[in-house]
Amino acid sequence: MPSLGADMEAGTLVKWLKRPGDTVRRGDIIAVVDTDKGAIEIEVFEDGAIDTLQIEVGQKVPVGTVLAVIRGALSGNSASAAPPTPPAPAAREPQPARLLVSPAARKLAADRGIDLAAVRGTGPQGAITHEDVERAAGATGQAAAPAPVRGGADRASAMRAAIGAAMARSKREIPHYYLSSTIDMNATLAWLRAENERRPMPDRLLPVVLLIKAVATALHEVPELNGYWTSGALQQSPAVHVGCAISLRGGGLIAPAIHDADRKDLSTLMRDLRDLTGRARAGTLRSSELADSTITVTNLGDRGVDATFGIIYPPQVALVGFGRIAERPWVAAGRIEARSLLTATLSADHRASDGHRGGLLLDAIGRRLQTPETL
Amino acid sequence: MIADDITSAIVNALTSVAPEVDPMSIRPGVSFRDQLDLDSMDFLNFVLALHDRLGIDIPERDYPKLYTFDGALAYLASKVTGNHL
Repeated sequence: MPSLGADMEAGTLVKWLKRPGDTVRRGDIIAVVDTDKGAIEIEVFEDGAIDTLQIEVGQKVPVGTVLAVIRGALSGNSASAAPPTPPAPAAREPQPARLLVSPAARKLAADRGIDLAAVRGTGPQGAITHEDVERAAGATGQAAAPAPVRGGADRASAMRAAIGAAMARSKREIPHYYLSSTIDMNATLAWLRAENERRPMPDRLLPVVLLIKAVATALHEVPELNGYWTSGALQQSPAVHVGCAISLRGGGLIAPAIHDADRKDLSTLMRDLRDLTGRARAGTLRSSELADSTITVTNLGDRGVDATFGIIYPPQVALVGFGRIAERPWVAAGRIEARSLLTATLSADHRASDGHRGGLLLDAIGRRLQTPETL
Repeated sequence: MIADDITSAIVNALTSVAPEVDPMSIRPGVSFRDQLDLDSMDFLNFVLALHDRLGIDIPERDYPKLYTFDGALAYLASKVTGNHL
């Protein structure tokens, strides 16, 4: 069971999308897991073939539990469907003399009149699982009935509790410092208006895409704000994966990552953000999108907020917030002018950086937004 | 007839970005953003859905004309027929 964020402690298997013997490639979706933040598609991280499925539909297991064992196609080694990877069995255990049968499998066998002694177990130590009975009953080709996914008030309540726990942990453990900076957005918006004028409707950009790109590339100048604080030390990340805080309709939020945001052009970033937003709200995010953000960007400008002072999402070490872009008086070259201004804020971990370096990041973001054509 | 088609297109576009919305509860003169809690991505998807359904191009400078139901109806009718309703 992969950790899909600091606010996740366990997940419930909703359904398997693969069966033992199926070939899988890195990135394939193998299962759907229900978490406090919604149903998440679980990807595999190795090429190979499914050896055993270790968890049954409906089972809730803590983060770190092995979901499935995958036998590598070339090496013959085993790997878990989800990191971290505890040691996998080198070979299937011999069938024990006394049958190990999960309660759900026993009930299903009784319901369908299946002789358990004739069922080949694929669970831990050869235990007979719900799926083994399904297969024995001739239900091949069809996945086990999916477990119900929580919804409505139950989901909202669980999500609030998860967010609360993660943010309390962040405030308790991370010595935050906060900085803010006002950015002149006149040049940025003028360029964006002209750019959108020439683009077909489906390819038009939102201002937030320029902000994400500016943050992602600015991190090249201040790399200690991009990464994780783990085991008492900063782990800088060579890749920039920007977690984008997305509010969910009905309450709550989730921050899936746009991977390698610093290397993508604006059109690709816009497509990625649209896709992520749609899937976040539809509950079809993938595990890799929730597990590896190296920094988070939150933009509350749509709701008229002037400035956002966020709480860092552990184990990340920084969060950049943006407020609304609004016309305000601005002094330039000794004259007061009406300009489109934006307040950018930085919440950062004092264990990983200090205010001087944080200020350099905000400055780098502001500079990049003055030359939007280079983003 | 055209007004009905456009009304239907607006409602369908709205419910595609905000599935929980009851079309009967939409107040025609109030901003979609305010009454339906749409953000800029929702609004962009709303405009794109109208583009797909009605086959018309909507310049970005005209987006504010689509902020309310009444405004969207009048604007889209003018684009479809060349005249205001």
